[in-house]
Amino acid sequence: MIQLDAVSKVYPTRRKGAVQALARLDLRVEPGEFVTLVGPSGCGKSTVLKLVSGLLAPSAGRVTIDGETVRGPRREMGFVFQTPVLLPWRTVRDNVLLPIEMLGQSPGPHRARAEDLLEQVGLSDFATAHPWELSGGMQQRVGICRALIHDPAILLMDEPFAALDAMTRESLGIELLRIWEERRKVVLFVTHSIAEAVLLADRVVVMTPRPGKIAGVVSIDLPRPRTIDQQYDDRFEVAAREVRRLIEHGGEAHGGR
Amino acid sequence: MAVGNPGGTPVEPLGPRTELDGRTVPVVGAEVVDEATPIRARGLALPSDWSRWAAPLISFVLIVAAWQALVVVARLPRFILPAPDAVFAAFVGQFPLLLSNTWVTLLETLAGFSLSIVVAVPLAILISSSSALRNGIYPFLLLGQSVPKQAIAPLLLLWLGYGDGPKVVLAFLTAFFPIVVNTAIGLQMTPPEMLDLARLLSASRWRVFAKVTFPAAMPYFFAGLKVAISLAIVGAVIGEFIGADRGLGQMIVLFSANQRTDIAFAAIAMLSLLGIALFALISLAERVVCPWYDKAS
Repeated sequence: MIQLDAVSKVYPTRRKGAVQALARLDLRVEPGEFVTLVGPSGCGKSTVLKLVSGLLAPSAGRVTIDGETVRGPRREMGFVFQTPVLLPWRTVRDNVLLPIEMLGQSPGPHRARAEDLLEQVGLSDFATAHPWELSGGMQQRVGICRALIHDPAILLMDEPFAALDAMTRESLGIELLRIWEERRKVVLFVTHSIAEAVLLADRVVVMTPRPGKIAGVVSIDLPRPRTIDQQYDDRFEVAAREVRRLIEHGGEAHGGR
Repeated sequence: MAVGNPGGTPVEPLGPRTELDGRTVPVVGAEVVDEATPIRARGLALPSDWSRWAAPLISFVLIVAAWQALVVVARLPRFILPAPDAVFAAFVGQFPLLLSNTWVTLLETLAGFSLSIVVAVPLAILISSSSALRNGIYPFLLLGQSVPKQAIAPLLLLWLGYGDGPKVVLAFLTAFFPIVVNTAIGLQMTPPEMLDLARLLSASRWRVFAKVTFPAAMPYFFAGLKVAISLAIVGAVIGEFIGADRGLGQMIVLFSANQRTDIAFAAIAMLSLLGIALFALISLAERVVCPWYDKAS
C-alpha cells in the first residue's frame, strides 16, 4: 500500500524563487489498485510519481510504502517514461534486460522472462530487432516490458502513451490492462487524457493546478476486463463528466479526499 | 539452383521459402511498421543514384577545366600557377618522393592524433563527471584553445629540435580540442530518464557509464575525431613548415622556394588525398562502432 500524508514539495528555482509543486497532498493507493492521476499541466502529477519512487524527497509530509517511509530510490519500482528512451545500440530484448544488468545481475537467466514479456505485447518477432526498426507504439511496449522485467511491485507510468496516436494509445491501454490483470501490481498512471484515465483506472485522482492538491477522486465501477467499447457505456460517461468537472472546478471543491 | 529446374522442384525448396516468409511477414505486416520506413527509403532514393557520384564528378571536371583554361588563356608562368596537367605530370613523375614524404607526414599526424585521443577522452570523462571538475578544467581548455597553435610552433622547435617532436606535438595540440569538447558533450547527453532508471535500480556509476553513458557518447566522439583528423594534418604540416628535412609540408616549402610550383601543388594534392583517406577511415570506423547512429536519427 502506498500512502502519501500531507506531502508538500517545493522546488527551488533560480529566477522565480521557490515553486510549490504540491501542497499537503494526501493519497492512498491500495494493493493491486490501478490509479490514474489527471490534472492540468504543471500540477505536480509527475512529482507524485517521483516522490513515490524515492527519486525525490518530499519537502514536508511523509511517503510510505507498506508502512515503511520512503527514503531513497527503490528497486521495487518499474518506471515507464513518456518517451521510451531505448538504447539504440541494443536489441529490443537487450533493452528489456537493461534493468537486470543495472542491478548487477547476469541477464542470461532472465532472458526467457524477457521473451515472455515481449510475447505478451506482441513483439516476439522483434526480440532481436533494434529500436529504430520499431514504430513509436512498439517502442513504448518495449519500455513497458523493460519496466516489468525485474518484477517490480509497483509500476509508475508518467504519461506513457502521450506521444502516441489515439488509436495506438487505446489499444496499448487495453494491452496494459491485460498484463496488469495477470500480475495485479499497483499501477500509478499519470495522464492528460480523461478518457484514458477513466478507461484504465479503478480510481481516477484529479489534481488541482499548482500547487497540486487533490481536487477529488472518482471511483470507476466499470466491469473488468475493460474494453474500448466501454467508452460508450453510460457509467463511463458519468465518470468522465465527473472527472472533467473536477478538473475545471477543482479549485472550488475542497481538497483532500 | 532451383531456378534451372522448371517443374521438378516440389517439396524441397518450398520448406525454406515458407520459413523465410514466416520471418519477413511480421516485419512487413506489423501495424504500419511505422510510416517512417517508406519515407526514409524514398529519401535515400531521391537524389537519384547517378547524381550522387556523377554530380561531384562533373563539378570536379569543370573546375579543373576552368583552371586549365585560366592558365592557358592568361599565359601564367608555370612557377606562378601550374596548369592541372603539369601538376598531374609532377604527381606521377615525383610519385616515389611524394610517397616517402607522405609516409613521414602520415606518421607524424597519426602519432599526434592518437596522443590527442589518449589525453582527450579521459579528460572529457573528468569534465563530464562533476561540475566542479568541469568548472576547474574548462576555462583552461578554452584559454588554451584561444592560443593559435601556429604561434607556438617556433618555440616547440626551440624546445624539441628539428626532429618529429614539434610536428607530433602540433598535431596533438590542434586535434585535441575538438575531441575533448565533443566527447564531453556526448557524455552529458545521457537521457535524464536513463539516469533516473539507474538511480531506481541503484546501479553503480561505473555500470551506468559502461552500459549507457559511454556508448551514447560514441557518435559525438566520432564527430570530434572527424574534425580533429584534418586539424592534425594541419598541425603536422605547420610543424614541417617551421623546420624539417622531410614530410609533405617541407616538400611544399622547398619546391615553392625553388619555383617548382608544380611539385608543390602535387604535394598539396597528396595532402588532401591523405586527409580524405583518413577521414574516410574514421567514417568507416564510426559505422562499425555505432551502426545505429544514422538509422536512429
